[in-house]
This record gives sequence, structure tokens and C-alpha cells, in this order.
Amino acid sequence: MSEKPLSGRYHRITGEVVSIPPQFPAPTAWAILFGISLLLVGLLIVSVAMVFIRGVGVWGNNIPVGWGFPISNYIWWLGIGHAGTLISAMLLLMQENWRNSLNRFAEAMTLFAVTCGGLYPIVHLGRPWYFYWMAPYPSTMGVWPQFRSPLTWDFFAVLTYLIVSVCFWYIGIVPDLAAARDRARKRRWQVFFGIFALGWRGSGRHWLRWRQAYVITAAIAVPLVVSVHSEISMLFAAGPIRGWNSTVFPPYFVLGAAFSGFAVVTMLAVMVRSLLKLKDLVTERHLDMLGRMVLATGLMTGFGYLAEVFTALYAGGYEYQTLTDRFTGPYWWSFWGAVVFNFVPIQFLWRRKVRVAAIPAFLISLSVAVGMWMERYMLLVSSLYRDWLESSAHLFHPTFWDWSLYLGFIGFFMAAFLLFVRFLPVISQFEIKEAIEEKAHG
Amino acid sequence: MAKLEPAFLVAEFAEPEPMLEAARTLREEGWWVELHSPFPVKGMEQALGFTERTVPHAFLVGGVAGALAGFAIQVYANLAYPLDAGGRPLVAVPAFMLITFEVMVLVAVLSGIATMFVRNRLPRLHHPLFDAERFHLASDNRFFVSLLLEDRAEGEARAMLGRMGSASVSRVGGGLPE
Repeated sequence: MSEKPLSGRYHRITGEVVSIPPQFPAPTAWAILFGISLLLVGLLIVSVAMVFIRGVGVWGNNIPVGWGFPISNYIWWLGIGHAGTLISAMLLLMQENWRNSLNRFAEAMTLFAVTCGGLYPIVHLGRPWYFYWMAPYPSTMGVWPQFRSPLTWDFFAVLTYLIVSVCFWYIGIVPDLAAARDRARKRRWQVFFGIFALGWRGSGRHWLRWRQAYVITAAIAVPLVVSVHSEISMLFAAGPIRGWNSTVFPPYFVLGAAFSGFAVVTMLAVMVRSLLKLKDLVTERHLDMLGRMVLATGLMTGFGYLAEVFTALYAGGYEYQTLTDRFTGPYWWSFWGAVVFNFVPIQFLWRRKVRVAAIPAFLISLSVAVGMWMERYMLLVSSLYRDWLESSAHLFHPTFWDWSLYLGFIGFFMAAFLLFVRFLPVISQFEIKEAIEEKAHG
Repeated sequence: MAKLEPAFLVAEFAEPEPMLEAARTLREEGWWVELHSPFPVKGMEQALGFTERTVPHAFLVGGVAGALAGFAIQVYANLAYPLDAGGRPLVAVPAFMLITFEVMVLVAVLSGIATMFVRNRLPRLHHPLFDAERFHLASDNRFFVSLLLEDRAEGEARAMLGRMGSASVSRVGGGLPE
């Protein structure tokens, strides 16, 4: 390959990515979406204030369903987050170059989803201002956390995951911030990108040390994802509750997490590509690969359902009763809803034509996000609402404040993602160039 | 009197290979050489003679220290504030493994990335190289070699860079710090 077109191509890619913040291609659409998100953020603030003032009694939570929406939504959000890390870290290690168009915004999705997820249990505490009691510090009361409890594991897992995700995302974006700084014309953009680019100048030794740090962090991040969601499943599986106390839970949760996350990445990819007019960087190939990932992880999650049913049939007794209760009890709609929304639409993804078509891919992914939400809800509520004592049987019905908080968090996620899209390089342009260079020169 | 900033010679290349070649040759001549490219280029290690393993070691040291600290605090806390749950052992090693793993990951990543920044001497918002006229293209599509000019003959290096196919060579730095 001759040198001229390659260098021209690099220049075009730089321009396409880093010119987005200063010359945003779709200001009106962005403003409308951001306005809607801000309204929902307002709802979030009101809902949280309501909980802080009136207490968790404003929700449908009761005894025995003490967890309700906050914990099932917490798991749903964290699960979504995991796909960002998997796309970015696992595919980096496997040297799958198609990740380069997706990893930046998939990781941003992780950060915002984990933030939403992580705030839920804190709001759920009842006295959230004491959340730091979860941390081991030498308090004057002489009290330490219960380290043999999954609740404490949870605190460490989510905090570690959030910090590691922020670091991984940030060191990945520094070279692109430098490119944006070097292209910026207006003073305020120069200062903004300049500060966050930390003075990156593309030095060879810097790149080599950067590469070492980036790859090792990726290699650690993959088992971290598995550990974090396995640990979350321990919140369930480690307790003596029928329908939860099962070794199938950790892999079942991790796969379900990847499934819902890949679906949300697909939705965001469709959005980023049409809103920012990046159709030659986020191509049909990327939608195709994402569709395959959704289908594959979906089928594995489906296998998890079968394994769970088998375990219950094999175990008999209480487990069997819970199983029939899930099929036909008061929460039957959440079980069958999960089955239908999760596993029926994805069957269309067997066809390439559907995978690469933006609107069907978006709708199928939306269906998966809904289905996985129903699954988390079903697993939580159907096991908790009826204990084996007559006195502790109580149906759970979400209230207005349950729904408003959930919608508010969706608004927060959207607002944060829109701000990211508006102000930062959404695509890792230097990694795309690197892949082109390697392809051209073997 | 304030110390003068070091002076650099900056040479631009259109392609990565001549940049690597120039760096290798000049380094063998005894110059202190650095590369600047829009993305990591294959063969940088050899061209710069880079064999450093400080960053991976920092990950390892951080990981070991984190795992030990994570495990130790759990043992200590359980002994200092014993919570008897049905007579189960206070030092329950399997139950401690998850937090041990998480703290290991956290400390490994933080120490590895911090070491990367410290060894790279970043953040450093200004550097004399940024004064080179076309240096902003180092993050776009051009490849640069910079030489630290100490007391050595500048002409010799310029001639050599020209022979290696550099499109332009310029001199920066050497003044008072801003």
C-alpha cells in the first residue's frame, strides 16, 4: 500500500472523531434528548428526597420482600455495565480489532450504569448517611464489618469495579484528548482538553509504558467482571432461601449480565452512529458482531434457565414448589415475560440482515433489556414473597415512588451518556489507526 | 539565574518505518532519542532499546501487597470484633477470598497505572517540544523523532536526519522556562 492514502485516512479519522465536540453534528436532537433526560433527573432528585424525608416506606418494600425494586434494579444496572468491560478488555486481549470503534462508549456506559447501580443500595439503606459503615475503618465504636457476609463482599466488589473501570477508561482516552487538544481552535476547548490530556505528547517510551499498563489492566478486568457478578449472585445464592440457594447462580448471573449489557451496547451503537453520523467508523460489521454477541450470550442465558429448571426438578421438595410458583403463581407474568422478551426476539438475530439493520437491532435489544429486568425482578420477588411461615407471606407491589426512582436513574444514565457524547471523543481514534497500520504492514 | 530548558531537534516523517530507522541509527550514534507518533507503532521497543519492566512489576507488587492487606484486615477485624455466627470459625478463609481478590485487583491497578504516570513524568502540561511548528500532527498522521541536543554538533544530526528522509527538521527549547 502506498503511503499517501494511509496518511490521508489517518487525518480523516482524527478529524471525524475529535471535531465532534467543537462542531457537534446534531445539536437539536441532542438538546431534545438532553432535555428529556434532565426532566427525568429532576424526577430522580424528587424521588430520592422523598425517600430521605419519608423513609423507605414510600416504596412497596415490606417484610418479607425487604429488597424489592432497589436490589433487583441494582443487579440489572450492574449487569448492563459488565458488557462494556467485556467488549473492551476481553476483545483487546484477543486482539479483535473491531472493538476499537465500540470500546470507548461501551466503557462510558459501564461507568454510568455502575454509578446508577451502586447508588441504589445506598438509597435503600434507610439511613443512607451511614453508608460508610460498610468500610473497614478503626471506628471509635470498635465495630468492624461482618466480612463473612456477601453484603460486605458487595461493597468491596462494586467499589473496586467502579474505580478500575474509571482508570481503564481514563488511560484509554488520554491520547485522544491530546489529539482533540491539538486540533482545538477555541481557547476554552484547548484548556479543557489540554488539562485532561495531561500533556500527552505521543512519546515512544510513553506509549510503551502505557501499553503495558493498559493490557495488564485489561487482563485483570476480565476476571474482575466475573468475580463482581458472581459475588452479586452470592447475595442470593449464599442465603438459605429456596429458589436462590443454588450453585448455578454465579455463571447464570454473569452470562445474563453480559447478555443485557451487549443489548444495551447495541442500542447505544445505533444511537451514536446515527446521531453523530459515524456510519463509516461504527459500521454494519460492528452491528453484525454485536448481534452475534447478543445471540450467543442469550442462548447461554437460556441454557441457564434450563439448568435452573432441571435443578429444581431434580431437587424436588421446596425447590420444586418454588418452580411451579414461578410458572403459575402471582408473579407468573415476570417469569414468562422474561422467557418471551429474552429468548423469542433474539431468534431473528440468526439472520445477518436483521443484525445489521439499525431499527430491528435496536428493538430486539430493547426487548432483551426489558426481559432481563423481568428476570431480575422475578428471581428476587418470587423467592422472597412467601416464606414457610404463614406470618411471613406478603405480596410485593411497586408504588409510584419505586417507578419514579427507576425512571429517574434511567434519566441520569441518559444524561451522563449524552454529556459524554457531547464533550469527549466517543471513539478511540488512535486504536483504529493502529489497527489500520498493522493491517497494511502485516 | 533560572536554568535553561533543554534544547531538542525535532524531525518529521511521513511514515512510521523511516522514523523507527532514524531513531535506531541515531541512538546507535549515541544520541538521546525519543519518538512521537499518533499511535503505538510496532518495533518501537527495538528502535528505542526499551527493555523496562517497571510498570508490570508495579502491578505485581501492588497485587501481592493488596492481597496480603485485604486478607490481613479481615483476619484482624474478625479477631478484634468477633461475630459468632452459629459457632462458625472466625477466620473463615474461603469466605475471605473474595475481598482478598478485590483488594488485590484494586491495589494492583492503582499502583500499576500510577507507576506508568510517574515513570512517564506525566502530567506535564507544557513541554518544549510543543513549540515545534508541526508537532501538533504527532497526534494526527505524522511521525516525529526528537533528539536531545547537549553540547553536540547540531549540523551532523541534521544532515543525518535529512538523509533518513525527514521532511523537515527544527530546533526547539533551549530558552528560559515559561
